[in-house]
Amino acid sequence: MFEGGSPGRSGFFWPQEPGSVSERIPAHLLRDEISGFPEMGELEVLRHFTRLSHLNYSIEEQFYPLGSCTMKYNPKINDAVARLPGLSLLHPMAPPEFIQGALELLYDLERMLAEISGMDHVTLQPAAGAQGELTGLMMIRAHLARQGNPRKRIIVPDTAHGTNPASSALCGYEVVQIPSNDRGMIEVEKVKEAMSDEVAGLMITNPNTLGIFEKNITAIADVVHGKGGLVYLDGANLNALMGIAKPGDMGVDVLHINLHKTFSTPHGGGGPGAGPVGIKGFLQDFLPIPRIIKREGTFELREDCSSSVGRVRSFFGNFGILARAYTYIISLGSDGLEEVSRMALLNANYVRKKLEGHFHLPYTEPCMHECVFNDRFQEKYGVHTLDIAKRLLDYGFHPPTIYFPLVLSGALMIEPTETECRETLDAFIDAMISIAREAKENPALVKTAPHSTPVSRLDEARAARKPILRWEPSKG
Amino acid sequence: MRYTPHTSSDKEQMLHTLGLSRVEELFDHIPQSLRERAKISIAPGLSEVEVKKRMASLAARNIIPGDHLFFLGGGIYHHTIPSAVDAVISRCEFSTSYTPYQPEVSQGTLQATYEFQTLMCQLTGMEVANAGLYDGASAAAEAILMARRIQEGRHRVLVSRALHPQYRAVIATYLKNLGDIQLVEVPFVRSGQTDADFLAREINEETACVVLGYPNFFGVIEELSAIQAACARSGTLLVTVTTEALSLALLRPPGAWGADIAVGEGQSLGIPMSLGGPAFGFFGSRRKFIRSMPGRLVGETVDGEGRRGFVLTLSTREQHIRREKATSNICTSQSLCTLAATVFMATLGKSGVRRLAEVNATRAYEARDRLVQEGGLVPTFTDPFFNEFVLEAKGLTRRLRGVLAKKIVPGIPLAPFYPELADSLLICVTEMNDREEIERLVRAFAES
Repeated sequence: MFEGGSPGRSGFFWPQEPGSVSERIPAHLLRDEISGFPEMGELEVLRHFTRLSHLNYSIEEQFYPLGSCTMKYNPKINDAVARLPGLSLLHPMAPPEFIQGALELLYDLERMLAEISGMDHVTLQPAAGAQGELTGLMMIRAHLARQGNPRKRIIVPDTAHGTNPASSALCGYEVVQIPSNDRGMIEVEKVKEAMSDEVAGLMITNPNTLGIFEKNITAIADVVHGKGGLVYLDGANLNALMGIAKPGDMGVDVLHINLHKTFSTPHGGGGPGAGPVGIKGFLQDFLPIPRIIKREGTFELREDCSSSVGRVRSFFGNFGILARAYTYIISLGSDGLEEVSRMALLNANYVRKKLEGHFHLPYTEPCMHECVFNDRFQEKYGVHTLDIAKRLLDYGFHPPTIYFPLVLSGALMIEPTETECRETLDAFIDAMISIAREAKENPALVKTAPHSTPVSRLDEARAARKPILRWEPSKG
Repeated sequence: MRYTPHTSSDKEQMLHTLGLSRVEELFDHIPQSLRERAKISIAPGLSEVEVKKRMASLAARNIIPGDHLFFLGGGIYHHTIPSAVDAVISRCEFSTSYTPYQPEVSQGTLQATYEFQTLMCQLTGMEVANAGLYDGASAAAEAILMARRIQEGRHRVLVSRALHPQYRAVIATYLKNLGDIQLVEVPFVRSGQTDADFLAREINEETACVVLGYPNFFGVIEELSAIQAACARSGTLLVTVTTEALSLALLRPPGAWGADIAVGEGQSLGIPMSLGGPAFGFFGSRRKFIRSMPGRLVGETVDGEGRRGFVLTLSTREQHIRREKATSNICTSQSLCTLAATVFMATLGKSGVRRLAEVNATRAYEARDRLVQEGGLVPTFTDPFFNEFVLEAKGLTRRLRGVLAKKIVPGIPLAPFYPELADSLLICVTEMNDREEIERLVRAFAES
């Protein structure tokens, strides 16, 4: 945008008004014009962004099987509702009497998410899953501190998402990593070895990032609780569990939910999302403020909670996202949500069955909503996971998650989600099988992919070596 | 079923492929004790008609500008949103795409983010800016953590009491569990400025950074020269926090004052108030500090054919690579919101953002003058401001009741945040408050 336009052009019209700022604000507090800012007409702006949009892949273009991201359809009604003036023109510092509809929405959403996850209370404040993790860990820490010792460490499996150890560090904890076994699950013995009274708790994802149900979770929770620690569930994979198993029944004390995953709010190219945190009742004193209370049919805000961990985000959280998730949940209802997980499992298992034999399946445990392969069969032809991913782009598909989890070399994590129909899955499966064949018969084609995208493979090493992080006018 | 396209024939065929006869067999391996308690007890699903009715009824129970007049600022601002913004962010290519991990099919998001980074650098006067954080408050907290990383071994952090109370609360929450940090509150003086003498005395070689609002919570434009000089003398980093991003279109930007890290809230730039979120935190700094920065960074590069392209870069700072040693735990951020701001800034352009900011200031000053001359209010602070200012009156609570009865929400009472300013009100005037609204505000106070 900085390379187009013309001096003096603008897409903004506002009639001249009386008064001059230089009569009000001293010159040394005023800036010069913003050098380099674009100067385009409105049509130029729209063309610029429309053309950019054509360079993007999206769910509404085609299948997007990113494992653990839950790229399901983002219903249009959610966006339409969130745009209602009565939900978007709300100032958070308005008197509570002025925002009763919004507070009711938040109050009900807290309750519905608690019911869905089997927990007792929910806070909607965290802006994303990672911020939810931090909030949950802070509540664990506050609970243990109240008992005399916040402790020093958190146990994190080797299959954990990178945010788990990062959030632990932000909460002042060291991380102890424990290995998954050769069936892709955590063993009770390993937890027993790592657990002590200096360990605040364990973070677990269930189903884990291999798509496998951690069947020892209740026994694991017992070990952790037995030494006074707490269990945190990373709820990224909740799409697999609705109507099937509730984290609250597994011995989980705290969890977060990703509304931009299970609850269909749009990914937006990298957010905004929301990461509500659910807790068991014994932790409720520590919930962030403000808390929403219902008294005689009226909703109030409470901030005088002396044991609260405080605020993690300004105002109420990502309300626009919360409103979208609320709309989704009431649209689907109990029956709809239960069908979501059933179909998520059906789709993932179907894809897994059809790709078996063409790609190496390292773990044969039943998978839930996602399945993980790797490039073992293709390696012998010099073709790796990265190449397979790039070649998929030529077939018009977004690749699955690659190189995660780290326990597996060359992981390919496929999460179809429940909103895909069989024909789409079959087309994806055919493309994958075709690439497996190409790896054998024409590896060069795969290794030099993609061939049909707007740009070919980009030099990431160069970008990191000589970082150019902003546009600047060329000199001379 | 809503959004799940499987017909019974589809299910049959797929189960047949799996050698199963019922979908339930897919989760047979889940312990029975969990399965039998898993029923979700919420209401069953609704048709689109019912959903719209329900949501409309919730929306109708909120009072919005139009029903009443609002003069609220305090970190979230009612500004115009050009129609172009919604048109762009509603495009599914932007809203339903994922984080651009496969850059070949994400050049739209990546280039727009690169443009965003550039615009934020230009607006703040800083050398580099990241792709955005959750909000201004967490950006302020992350700035302190970054200062701590850069000034390893320094444990003191000085935060102005004139910084937004909620931002100070979030900072305290983030720092509380990192035992070694000493958070010192810096008072403000009669003029509404942060106490520069206090800072001059307290900044030392143990101090990692000084954090101030710019403008501060009272709307006052902080004079940063003396403070920046004091910081420079002891190698302390200067962090500015701007809750009203539009102010930077008019005011001397943090970079020009010599700030080391400039953060703030971007909601004013084309994003609806939405009860305070989602919007985004912006984060700018010096180039020499990039490896300590939190958040995503988009960089320019070339593809195999030498064509310009954009990629996420310097990812070794981030959680998916560095895990517990990452600069932050942030993963999903606020990308669609930063896109909205990018479209906003592109549509308004160099002259438009300036004009809009000027309209805010001239209207705010006129309203302030009239409220003092005709409305019987007294300035609490007299220093220059952008579009919010603090006035006071004896018996404010009673007078506010009178104004509210005329369907006007005239400002944010300061009593809950600053007990010594219990008779003060933070009033914000933007381009969305026209002459008639200001007239009604003045008369309401005059008559109260």
